Amino acid sequence: MTLPLLIRRSLRQHALSTAITAGSIALACGLLLCVWMVKTQSQAAFTQTTTGFDAVLGARGSKLQLVLNAIFHLEASPGNVAAADFEAIRRHPMVKTAIPIAVGDNLRGFRLVGTVPELFTNVELAPGKKFVVRAGGKVFNGDAKEAVAGSFAAQRLGLKVGDTFKPFHGLAFDAKAEHADIFTVTGVLEPTNTPADRVVWIPLKGLQTMGGHDPKAATDVSAVLLQFRSPMAGLQLDMLYNKQGNRLTLAFPVGAIMAELFGKIAWFDAVLTLVAYLVALVAAASVVASIYNSMSARRRDLAILRALGARRGTIFGAVFAEAACIGAIGAAAGLAVYLALYAGVAALIRAETGVVLEIGAWHPVLWICPLALVALCALGGIVPALKAYRTPVAETIAPVS
Amino acid sequence: MALELFQKFAAITLLPMLAVADLTKSFVAPDGTRAEIVRVASFALAAGEQLALRGESGSGKTTFLHLIAGILAADAGRVTIDGAEMTALSEAGRDRLRAEKLGYIFQTFNLLQGFTVLENVVLGMSFGPRGADRAHARAVLERVGLGHRLDHFPRQLSTGQQQRVAVARALANRPKLVLADEPTGNLDRKHAREALALIREVCREQSAALLLVSHDEEVLAQFETRRDFAEINAARQEAPR
Repeated sequence: MTLPLLIRRSLRQHALSTAITAGSIALACGLLLCVWMVKTQSQAAFTQTTTGFDAVLGARGSKLQLVLNAIFHLEASPGNVAAADFEAIRRHPMVKTAIPIAVGDNLRGFRLVGTVPELFTNVELAPGKKFVVRAGGKVFNGDAKEAVAGSFAAQRLGLKVGDTFKPFHGLAFDAKAEHADIFTVTGVLEPTNTPADRVVWIPLKGLQTMGGHDPKAATDVSAVLLQFRSPMAGLQLDMLYNKQGNRLTLAFPVGAIMAELFGKIAWFDAVLTLVAYLVALVAAASVVASIYNSMSARRRDLAILRALGARRGTIFGAVFAEAACIGAIGAAAGLAVYLALYAGVAALIRAETGVVLEIGAWHPVLWICPLALVALCALGGIVPALKAYRTPVAETIAPVS
Repeated sequence: MALELFQKFAAITLLPMLAVADLTKSFVAPDGTRAEIVRVASFALAAGEQLALRGESGSGKTTFLHLIAGILAADAGRVTIDGAEMTALSEAGRDRLRAEKLGYIFQTFNLLQGFTVLENVVLGMSFGPRGADRAHARAVLERVGLGHRLDHFPRQLSTGQQQRVAVARALANRPKLVLADEPTGNLDRKHAREALALIREVCREQSAALLLVSHDEEVLAQFETRRDFAEINAARQEAPR
């Protein structure tokens, strides 16, 4: 009972410095966890987000750009794929499914993607999971000016079945670039937690023949999303398109290409992690400084305790445990900071990319980091604890008579 | 039974509660010379005895009490409390003996300002054999008339009440020996008389020996047994401490 009482009272007596110190530890812990978890979760989410496709075929260019454009609906298309090329890949015996997409227009900043109804009826986003149109809606007719909205886009744009809209030319919203064509929403998709949620889907023909578009490219597509009958197909088609051919690019496998992206920005992760470590170090140092500075004020109390029979070890233990307690309070608050930061970052990533980071995701760092911070603080507590340990009793407690 | 009676008799009559022999303590003065503060050849206090030591400020009384309490290590000599030789013990051993056998009342009370009245007493007990016995601490505080101030902090009490807390804390562990260093030095006459009466009364109730040091003649006059510290301390009196 003695130790907890001593610690509790001391923390309360120095409530302001305790709060500031614990706050800085919470910030450090939250930042560290957030950097770590966002890094691992986004890496996992982006590399696993294939929306059910093995590869993307597109114009000659960067594989990463192709994947970002066709799967993540980010970036511009590197160019077009001619109708003949699309037909060739569609009929290839090793290709199970070939879904064409066309891009180039938007609806108030949300991308319009032209495709075929088979994307919604035939393709599995993940094993056993297809696109689902919400009750009251249906997939668009491939020959009509109709649209199906992804859940996030529908929510943000306020689209519902029966609504009509005019698309805007280009991938970035420009109010002056409105097309004359009018599309009617026939359905809203259930959330898929993929980038597809941020898209307003329209028929391929609708986009290809939109007023103002180049009639010469009316049969071209921006990319072809592919499912193979076997993994060997990817290697053979890679040879065919990437090594032997020079007109088209096959981005395969999708996950590996995204992993390359993370490899390229690994330095950024390293910088963020370093900053977080430094914050943690500064926070631990602030524990030392805070307790050490309070030692002068507490010298008398410690001497009184010693005069009452407290051993040096008890005094040392009390100060040491107090440092650990501040670390523990900070670490616990750090978990809350982490959750808040992570939720914010996840919401931002979802809004910008449609990729969903799992909020309750578990990783050993979630207990290793707080525990390490507590240990670091306890370690820092040794310095003031030693000062407390050496408090001269007789000189401190009483006036001389 | 006979043996037990003999032991009790011996404890009361033959073995003093406090025995000091050839005790010396010196400090290094700022000018580098060594100044002897305490040189006590022999001093004893029987169990339950109450004795007042008269001494002026700077005469080494506090140092003498610190040596008895084991707060300071002696240069030489022996201090024996209830048969246990304080001066032969390690620092941890002295801490333990102090917590078990001694109660200390300071002139400035030395209450822990961040702790409540009850916590001050409980903490005082927690290092001793009884441990942190809140019920007993409460009872002792009731005894000194502070049952209604348990959750107050020292700063919320009058000086007289703070002294009562100090008395309660010193006696809560049922010590065999109570050392009181100018315990009424910070009180006015009325409160000083009351505090002193309380200390003596509670020590009597608990059969604790009391060694009080003071320079206040009015305080000293209340003791049947008084001695001059100068008589027992052979160290130079103009010493800096």
